[in-house]
Amino acid sequence: MRTFLGALTRGSGWLGLIGILLITLLLLFAAFGPLLDLPDPTRTNLRARMAAPTISLFGVGPHPLGTDQLGRDILSRIVFGSRVTLAVAGAAVILGGIVGTLLGLVAGYFGGFLDRLLMRLADIQLAVPLMLLALMVIAALGPSLQNLVIVLALVSWVRYARIVRGQVLAVREREFVQSARAIGASAPRIILRHILPNVLTPAVVVATLELARVIVLEAGLSFLGLGVQPPFPSWGRMLAEGRTYIASAWWIITFPGIALMLTVLAVNLLGDWLRDHLDPRLKVR
Amino acid sequence: MLEISDLAVGFSREGRFARVIHDLSYSVERGETLGIVGESGSGKSVHALALLGLLPQPPGKVLGGRALFEGEDLLALPESRLRDLRGGRIGVVFQDPMTALNPVLTIGRQIAEPLIRHKGLSMRQALDRAAELLDLVGIRDARRRLPQFPHEFSGGMRQRVMIAIAISCEPALLIADEPTTALDVTVQGQILDLMAGLRERLGMTMIWITHDMGVVAGIADTIQVMYAGRIMERGPVEAVFASPRSAYTWGLLQSLPHGAHPPGGRLRQIPGQPPDMFNLPPGDPFAPRNPFATERCFKEAPPLRQVPGSVPGHVVAAWYDLPAALQAAP
Amino acid sequence: MTEPLLRVEDLRRTYRGRAGLFGGGLVTRAVNGVSFDVMPGETLGLVGESGSGKSTTGRLVMGLEEPDDGRVVFDGTDLTALSSARRKPFRRRMQIVFQDPYAALNPRMRVGDFVAEPLVVHGIAGSAAERREAVAGLFRTVGLDPAFMQRFPHEFSGGQRQRIGIARAIALRPQFLVADEPITALDVSIQAQIVNLFQDLQESMGLALLFIAHDLSMVRYLCTRVAVMLKGRIVETGPTAAVFQDARHPYTQALLSAVPIPDPLRERGRRRLPFDAGAFDFPPGAALRDIGGGHLVLEGASR
Repeated sequence: MRTFLGALTRGSGWLGLIGILLITLLLLFAAFGPLLDLPDPTRTNLRARMAAPTISLFGVGPHPLGTDQLGRDILSRIVFGSRVTLAVAGAAVILGGIVGTLLGLVAGYFGGFLDRLLMRLADIQLAVPLMLLALMVIAALGPSLQNLVIVLALVSWVRYARIVRGQVLAVREREFVQSARAIGASAPRIILRHILPNVLTPAVVVATLELARVIVLEAGLSFLGLGVQPPFPSWGRMLAEGRTYIASAWWIITFPGIALMLTVLAVNLLGDWLRDHLDPRLKVR
Repeated sequence: MLEISDLAVGFSREGRFARVIHDLSYSVERGETLGIVGESGSGKSVHALALLGLLPQPPGKVLGGRALFEGEDLLALPESRLRDLRGGRIGVVFQDPMTALNPVLTIGRQIAEPLIRHKGLSMRQALDRAAELLDLVGIRDARRRLPQFPHEFSGGMRQRVMIAIAISCEPALLIADEPTTALDVTVQGQILDLMAGLRERLGMTMIWITHDMGVVAGIADTIQVMYAGRIMERGPVEAVFASPRSAYTWGLLQSLPHGAHPPGGRLRQIPGQPPDMFNLPPGDPFAPRNPFATERCFKEAPPLRQVPGSVPGHVVAAWYDLPAALQAAP
Repeated sequence: MTEPLLRVEDLRRTYRGRAGLFGGGLVTRAVNGVSFDVMPGETLGLVGESGSGKSTTGRLVMGLEEPDDGRVVFDGTDLTALSSARRKPFRRRMQIVFQDPYAALNPRMRVGDFVAEPLVVHGIAGSAAERREAVAGLFRTVGLDPAFMQRFPHEFSGGQRQRIGIARAIALRPQFLVADEPITALDVSIQAQIVNLFQDLQESMGLALLFIAHDLSMVRYLCTRVAVMLKGRIVETGPTAAVFQDARHPYTQALLSAVPIPDPLRERGRRRLPFDAGAFDFPPGAALRDIGGGHLVLEGASR
């Protein structure tokens, strides 16, 4: 633990520290936000529509970050929106990570036809613009939270598969894997016990960087109305709705925008730090 | 020619700090070949990097000492002057010729570069000289090979190229760090013969760093055995091989196989593990592995002292008397 | 006369390089018609320099690679003809120790689990407690404190790691061990420890050993017989004493003359015999010829 903190505070480590702090804060908000006695994020109040932010040096008013065009509390919508965003992005990253890692393991270990097939599939998918792919799938499956997760996982597995496959090719030739073959260990055993633990580090780094990408993508889809459906609040939808009023009520679009930016920044800082520092002794040489 | 006094080097890793060279002092005479023997953690390579100003800092750190080379203190020189010396008055050959050569430059360019830089030759003159040098290190058809790239050379040939680069400016001192370790035995033999010939012809002083007692026996005038950042024993090779006075030198020589093994026989092994630089014992660092260690060895590091009755210059760091201890042992 | 434990017959393995821009990849004959026997309990030294095919031979024997041609007969059974399932029982009887003690252990596995894995894979030593006891015994056999079982590889020195690798290799009590340059990467002061350990194991378990090395003085010390490989072929083989005292092939002679001797008086006056392996071609129809006492030398058909 001491070395962990040491690594965090040495050199550029403080950037990683900021990332971790921000993410912790965000997770606390998402988890305990509802206990904060915030107004219902879906309750409209036309009399209080487009109320300006009331946060100031003298205290906090009823709507610290103001209200939107329907009079809903923006702070509350950001907090509840973060729950949706993080849940969807997290689920997509985990699903995409599991599928991508497994396919990368299989492709790298067995090679041959299966490998070529999977990697060509990955190439094809990378050649299709992300948004187009998402649009096609949502159009086919219909918009729902569950389908949103599927779409985001679908655009995400390729990166895991490629990184993991590359690592597997290196680890597969190492002598402890040869040794496992020499004792007659089965392929699943070799893959799960010997190769997977040694490719997990890069997969985790990909996951953090993917998380940032998926959050932005989810916001984009919600912005287009294909993501999180009303009445659930979502940052992307808030941006889309606030866009019209940017001249008259800047706060409607600004605060969710800042929330989105800080989240992505925090996740990226953490990802970069992880990539540089994740237990160097265990690094695959 | 080279006089090192009280060189101390430290290393930090994961917030921990260790001394890897302890007040190292020795000198090399003009024309002498010094063979430095040691294993991992001995500090043999680290001290050479420190001399050349090539020690990565951090994690390494020169803590003190002087290294006088032709009147200049290598440890106090600015980087620009060190760059002039390296490849100029001081030639360097490293273990791995593949990483030491630039893969995208021709061999000719790489040999010519120090000549242009240090000797002020034109590119044309430098390439002529490069061809002569390749010839000198035993690469046939030198002209034709100048425009080739490193990957077109075998491992042994690449090491010859490295030697050609190292001797290109007729250095007064050549430092070779495990130059034959990565090579096959037959190729190693060729390189050893080549170096012995070059030394004669160019009158070079050499520091040859290795872990192989056999290589030192063949090429060095003086052997210096290092362990855990200290000199354990040093002296003319004939004297040290004939009558080692450090238990470590003796153990190294004894652990090598001589001929066929007698039925049921075993090699005489040195017990224990190589030193952990971050966790060195007090006193003589070899004491925990030394069957002849006295109580004093565990408390106090012995200084280097002349071996009584041996030739001048045969020095050992030991509180025990090895010949007497060997006689007492069964 | 006893039957050989391992008989290798005319083993061949080629590597096809990646095809160039204009087709025609380079074909490397890594192993080109290698045959030898290993008797129960004996040590055969397989000697050669980089690219000689000695390590590939070891991997072919272990079935870590498939030969293009030839047979690996273990205790009367041709292993190359077996499916991997039928081959599994033989894996208990033959094992391998690798060169690089840093790459040979799984950095993410506790060393105790790593040594226990062969027992798990072959369904031996059922309960966890029995297994722990077995692994502790193996640790003691190779000279390690059983308390180290819970640690990870990075906590060990090179010599200790090699002991762990050996403990895993002998866990199934094999009759035959391939040791692929097991001391090359170790410190000089540790090499003798590991060689002595091999000898101890050989005496206590009756192990036969295929000792792959380039260190001739160690081979001379350790091996009963020796085979010298050059460019995928065996150029000379025989009892160690015969080959070392009466080397006939120019390559063997050059190799022996190149080994540095740790004795300045002898090393100084020595002349090394030149041998250019790159320019060497096998004479047409070259075959191993017995010159007496099981000492075979590769010679051209004309002589």
